[in-house]
Amino acid sequence: MSTMTSQSEAGRETPGTARSLLAIHNVAKSFGKNPVLRDISLEIAQGEFLTILGESGSGKTTLLRIIAGFESADSGEILMEGERLDLQPPYRRQVNTVFQHYALFPHLTVEENVGYGLRVAKRPKEEIATRVDQALAMVKMSAFAKSKPAKISGGQQQRIALARALVNRPRLLLLDEPLSALDANLRRQMQVELKSLQREVGIAFVFVTHDQEEAMVMSDRIALLRMGELEQVASPREIYSRPATAYTAQFIGHTNLLKGEVRAGVARCGSLDWPVALPDGPVLYSLRPENLRVTKSMAGGPGVNVVRFRARIRHRAFHGSTELLQVECVDGLKLSVRTAGSDPRQDDLELEFSPEDAIPVRPSEERA
Amino acid sequence: MFSRAYRAAITVPPLLWIAVFLVVPYALLFCYSFWSVSSSQVIVHSWSLDNYRELLHVHVYLQTLFRSMWIAARVTIFSLLLGYPLAYFLSFYAGDRKDLFYQLVIIPLWVSYLVRAYAWKTILGSDGVLNTLLQYVHLTKHPLEFLLYSPFAVVLTLTHIYTPFAFLPIYASLEHIPRNLVEASHDLGASPMQTFWRVIFPLSIPGVLAGATFAFVLSLGDFLAPLLLGGPSGLMISNIVVSLFGAAYDWPLGAAISLCMLLLVLALLFLSENLEKRWSFR
Repeated sequence: MSTMTSQSEAGRETPGTARSLLAIHNVAKSFGKNPVLRDISLEIAQGEFLTILGESGSGKTTLLRIIAGFESADSGEILMEGERLDLQPPYRRQVNTVFQHYALFPHLTVEENVGYGLRVAKRPKEEIATRVDQALAMVKMSAFAKSKPAKISGGQQQRIALARALVNRPRLLLLDEPLSALDANLRRQMQVELKSLQREVGIAFVFVTHDQEEAMVMSDRIALLRMGELEQVASPREIYSRPATAYTAQFIGHTNLLKGEVRAGVARCGSLDWPVALPDGPVLYSLRPENLRVTKSMAGGPGVNVVRFRARIRHRAFHGSTELLQVECVDGLKLSVRTAGSDPRQDDLELEFSPEDAIPVRPSEERA
Repeated sequence: MFSRAYRAAITVPPLLWIAVFLVVPYALLFCYSFWSVSSSQVIVHSWSLDNYRELLHVHVYLQTLFRSMWIAARVTIFSLLLGYPLAYFLSFYAGDRKDLFYQLVIIPLWVSYLVRAYAWKTILGSDGVLNTLLQYVHLTKHPLEFLLYSPFAVVLTLTHIYTPFAFLPIYASLEHIPRNLVEASHDLGASPMQTFWRVIFPLSIPGVLAGATFAFVLSLGDFLAPLLLGGPSGLMISNIVVSLFGAAYDWPLGAAISLCMLLLVLALLFLSENLEKRWSFR
C-alpha cells in the first residue's frame, strides 16, 4: 500500500507524466505455450482516443481484457496515473468496458442497466435517477428507459452499453469491437457519434477494432498490433503517410511494395531509379497507388523531381470516384495505380511519382 | 409432400401409445373415482361423489396429504440448498474438472433407488453404522431411535435421491448465463457477492423453479422411502393409495385420492411454468 501512495504522489509531482493516464510496461501474456502478447509497452494520454488495430489473433482483445482486469498479464505492469492498476480486481478499477456483444443484463430494464454501476456503488437514489436520465439523454435513448434489452435493436443496445459504461465517469473507457455487429450504414453513423461523444465527455477511449478504416476515421492515435507485438503507434495521418514497416503499409490502405537496392545514393527497383540519401544496401519501399500519376504532357522530357516510366494496363476496377488500375512495367513489375479515371481506349500509359512519396519501410518477416 | 401411408406410419404409433398408456388409464381412474365398492367386495358402477366426501371428512387422508406435502417441501428446500451450491461451483469454478464432477453427480442416478433406500436403512438403524459409531465414541449410551422409521429418515433419503434432479436444471441454467454478463458486472464495480445476487442468481431462477418442481413432485408421490424408512409417523399419501388398491380393496377411494394428487401436481406444474416464463428473457 505504501509504495502505491508514494508512487501516486510522485506521479502528480512529475510534470512529464501529468498528461499520461495509462502506462503499459512490457506486458506479455501466453495461453498455454501460445504467446499472445510479447513485450507490449504503450502510453495512453488523458482524453485520448486510441485505437488498438489488428487482425483476429493479433492479441488486441487480450490486451484490452488485461487493462479491464479480466485477464492477468504473465509479466509487465500497468500503471494508471502512477498507481498499479494490474494488481486491482476489475471491480476496483476506474475503467469501464463496452463489450463486443454489449452484455446488457437481460433481466433488467434499460434504465436499471444504466444505473447498475451506481447502484452497486450505493449512490443515493436521487443521484442515480438524475445521472441515469442524463446518460440516456446523452445517447438519445430516454424514450426506452423502461424497455428490456431484448425489445430494442442492436444499435440501440449499443447506445445503452455506452451509457451504462459512461454513467460511472470512468477514467478510461474500453471498447471491444463495439460496432462490429452493426450493419455498414449504422456503423458509419455510430463512428461519427462515438467520436463526437468522446470529445464531449473528454474521457480517454481505448477502442479495439480489426477495421482499419474505422480506426482511421475515429482515432487520435492508432496502435497497430501484429502477432502480439506493436508494429507502429502513430496518428492516422502519420501511420498512413509514414508507415514504419511493410506490414503497416499493407494493412493500412493499399500499397505497392518495391524491393530494391541502394548503391551510391541511388535507389534502384527494377528499371526504376531515383536519388536517395540512404546508405548502401537492400531496401524496401512503400508507394501508395494514389501517389502514382498518369503523366500529363509527354513532351516534358525527363522530369527533374519525378520518376517516369511506361506501363501497360492489365486490369481496371471502377470504384465510383476513383479507378484502381493494375499495370505492368516493361520489366514485369506489377503496380496498383489509383486515378480519377482512365481513358478506356488507352492501354499504354506513361506514369510518374515523386521520390519523396516512396517511403522506405522495414521488411516484415513472416511469422508462423 | 409425404405420402399418407408415411404420415400414418410416423404418427399412429405414438398416438396409440398415448391412448393405451395414458388416456385409457386416466379415463378409468376418473370413472373409478366416482364408483364404489359394495359390501360383497364388488365394484358398483353407480356415480356419486361419496369418495371425495370421504376424503374430505376422514381425518387421516388430509392429515397424511399435508404430511406428505410438508415432507416434500423439506426435501425440496434441502435439495436446493445442496444442489445450488454444487451447480454453482461446477459451472463457475470447476474449470477442467467440470465433466468429472458432473459425472460424479450423475452416477448415483444409475444406482437402483431401492439399493440407496436400503443403504440408508443400514446406516440409520438401531444397529446401524451411525448408531454404532456414536456409541463407540461414547456420544450416546443407547442407539438413537429417531434416526430410522421417522419423517427424518424419509426426508434424508429423499433428499439424497432427488438432489441430482434439483441440481441438473440449476446447472443447465447457470451454464446458459453468458459469461460476459458476469464480466460486465465486475466491470461496473460489482463485487463477486453483488454480482451473484444481482446477476447470476436472478438469471438462474428458471432452473431453480424447475429443480424445485422436480424435487417436490417426485418426493410428494414417493411411496418406497416412507414404506422402508418412514414407520407409522413417516407414512405418506402414496402409501395409503397403495394399500387402498391392495389389501384394503377400495379402488374407487384410491382412484379419488390419486386424481386429487394428479390435480395438485398439474396445478404446481402450471404455476412453476408460468413463473419460469416470467423469469426467462431470451
